[in-house]
Amino acid sequence: MQGNTACAEGALAAGCRFFGGYPITPSTEVAEHMAAKLPKTGGVFIQMEDEIAGIAAVIGASWTGMRAMTATSGPGFSLMMENIGFAVMTETPCVLVNIQRGGPSTGQPTMSAQGDMFQCRFGSHGDYSIIALSPSSVQEMYELTIKSFDLADRFRVPVFLMADEIIGHMRERIEIPPSVPRVERKPLARGVLPFHPDEDLVPGFPQFGMGYGVHVTGLTHDERGYPCTTSPSLHEELVKRLVAKIESARHEIADYRVTNPDAEVVFITYGSPARSVEQVIHDNPSDRVGHLRFRVVWPFPEKTLWEFPNARVFLVPEQNLGQMAREIERHTSVPVISLPKLGGALHTPEELKRAMEAWR
Amino acid sequence: MRHEVRFSGFGGQGIILSAVILGRAAVMYDGNYAVQTQVYGPEARGGASMSAVIIDDQPILYPKVTTPDIFVIMSQEGYEKYGVQAGENAVMILDSSLVHSRPRCRYVEIPATREAKQTLGRDIVANIIMLGALVKVSGVVGETAIERAILDSVPKGTESLNLKAMKLGFELAEKGNTV
Amino acid sequence: MTYADWLREDRLPHIYCAGCGNGTVINCTLNALDRMGWKKEETIFVSGIGCSSRAPGYIVTDSLHTTHGRALAFATGIKMANPALHVVVFTGDGDLAAIGGNHFIHACRRNIDLTVVCMNNQIYGMTGGQGSPTTPRGALSTTTPYGSQEPAFDLCELASAAGANFVSRWTSYHVKELTRAVHTGFETPGFSFIEALVQCPTNYGRRNKFRNVMDQIEYFKTHGILLQKVKRLREEGKPIPDDAIVLGDFVQRNRAAMGVRR
Ligand SMILES: Cc1ncc(C[n+]2csc(CCOP(=O)(O)OP(=O)(O)O)c2C)c(N)n1
Ligand code: SF4
Ligand SMILES: [Mg+2]
Repeated sequence: MQGNTACAEGALAAGCRFFGGYPITPSTEVAEHMAAKLPKTGGVFIQMEDEIAGIAAVIGASWTGMRAMTATSGPGFSLMMENIGFAVMTETPCVLVNIQRGGPSTGQPTMSAQGDMFQCRFGSHGDYSIIALSPSSVQEMYELTIKSFDLADRFRVPVFLMADEIIGHMRERIEIPPSVPRVERKPLARGVLPFHPDEDLVPGFPQFGMGYGVHVTGLTHDERGYPCTTSPSLHEELVKRLVAKIESARHEIADYRVTNPDAEVVFITYGSPARSVEQVIHDNPSDRVGHLRFRVVWPFPEKTLWEFPNARVFLVPEQNLGQMAREIERHTSVPVISLPKLGGALHTPEELKRAMEAWR
Repeated sequence: MRHEVRFSGFGGQGIILSAVILGRAAVMYDGNYAVQTQVYGPEARGGASMSAVIIDDQPILYPKVTTPDIFVIMSQEGYEKYGVQAGENAVMILDSSLVHSRPRCRYVEIPATREAKQTLGRDIVANIIMLGALVKVSGVVGETAIERAILDSVPKGTESLNLKAMKLGFELAEKGNTV
Repeated sequence: MTYADWLREDRLPHIYCAGCGNGTVINCTLNALDRMGWKKEETIFVSGIGCSSRAPGYIVTDSLHTTHGRALAFATGIKMANPALHVVVFTGDGDLAAIGGNHFIHACRRNIDLTVVCMNNQIYGMTGGQGSPTTPRGALSTTTPYGSQEPAFDLCELASAAGANFVSRWTSYHVKELTRAVHTGFETPGFSFIEALVQCPTNYGRRNKFRNVMDQIEYFKTHGILLQKVKRLREEGKPIPDDAIVLGDFVQRNRAAMGVRR
């Protein structure tokens, strides 16, 4: 199965019943598969006039209680930024798939990249936090799409599946489980103000059409949902809660794989470069190369770096100029070496082996 | 047992479908692992198109083809772009009706496009002839596996034509000119 | 019930300036809604950004106050996901026709079952009086200090050409007609577009020789001319004044529509 198809299948298995989007290479197969499958499940597929409208329709659908998603790549992702902020501010669960291609601008439409890792984290204006996952196999395109929906509903936040063209377009064997457990959106308890958070800092969801009479606005709002845009303390409290509900749960959200924790030379990856590192480890069993592979990239779980107490160096191959390497560097005194690769090709195992040898 | 198979030809020959079918045969009917990739983009429409399959009995880690051991080449331009580097230990199945060059490695000449037109009356199935020949020559997947994968993948109503093409591929490979 | 039952009392006072025409349009819309007998829990208001777009915040139903220009795209998502909901959109001339122009024509083309009420004050009210796509030629705004040089959009012609099932224009003077038009819009399956010209004394009237609120309402009254009359004048080859405000139902038809409750 192709990666993009596996993503769509994962969404369907997760109960996603709404897709709004706009075609763009290399993500289009996700939309095409949803267009073919959704009507048969009683769901809705709608091709909107642009990506701004795509994410807007997804947010609208989500307020009716549906699991909803969109899929895009660089240029479309850039167009979505304002409404992503709206989803954050209004605490709307939704899933955005970004099959990353080479940027900036129209760049390399058919080539792989990981250049939007900071954009998904910081691309809309204001302070906020989101959740982002990164699959490194077709199997994970399926699994992590499902997980994205659960996280979106659990934390009421946009969740990003930050895949790359290599994973999106490659075909490999996957196992599809007979059934998929699902985390439900916590409904708003009657009598509670619609934006009053529970202990986990996440308010219950007042689904449209259920008689809650909730006003949802992107303006700074109080717990009733009413705009209140001039109180510094109210704004500070709201923004800090939106950030804290994600960041304080980062070690619970963390999802990663560790190989050879006693290693001195440790690779850190997410997405397709993980495959090159796995090959290096497989081909050089006696070298005891360490590997930390993130399946969840944001919120960044810095404690995962402690899994390698003997690390002398962290090598970070990415299809960008060192975006996550920069984040990792903030959290450790171990030297962090970025191994950037642009243009769409995957790091070869030989390249990584050479980089590794320089540190032994 | 990692095998790396690279297909090349021009757009419209079914280069990508061939790779998808081969990967499917390996995974669904031989119980092996496979990863299929391809070159996307303008290239895939006009000039030389390329697709690849890695087949292994172990999970496949690095998903890109680096040193293919099996080549299926269906155009001269495809040969020049993706075939010339073939290492000495590789084997190449080439469509001798369209490719003029010959590699340093072992190769098998299969006049697939000509045979597809003359014997089967449809040049569109040349890629299936090549697929049949590939399986006969290399044994990367079983003969029943490829047959079932072809049946899964071709449009309804064209099954018998495609099976004929596959069998023709088997035959041509047996008597083909191996150099 | 009356329109007052649909208002959120705990949100008052509202933000509108004294004499603003938006209040009239909200009242007309809620009166029409009341006549429909729709339930609060099955009615959703959606809006973009602007003074006009603040209206849903004063109404008791579920409401989504979205981003500038995008209300129709959000509303499309809601309506397609749950066609049982009645979805009403409040928007402004800038919100609908400038930044949201593309969503506007596509929502009309899809003929999606929404009722859209545009409060056209011919200006960007919320940001302090900049020119909009409906600012008349020659009119003054903070970004057209020498008089607007651009031709203006006719929103009703646009909606008609783009495929809406019901299109109507009135003003804040024509309270009865406007209420009836919104009511017809609610009843019509498919995309209903009601344009209401409104006075913005703060940012439009003040700069354009409407010294007080009543001057502009009087202008709506004296310059309004019914669509039927315009057609007749045209047939008779008689001139139609440049500054005429053409009023009435531009189209009412039953083309195939999306998102209609089954
Ligand atoms: C993307 C974006 N650009 C600009 C603005 C600033 N802005 C807020 S309201 C508005 C104009 C509103 O005009 P209109 O839609 O006519 O509403 P009115 O206030 O006149 O009712 C603008 C430009 C914004 N909120 N978002
Ligand atoms: S600025 Fe104009 S449109 Fe806005 S509230 Fe005041 S009068 Fe009304
Ligand atoms: Mg306006």
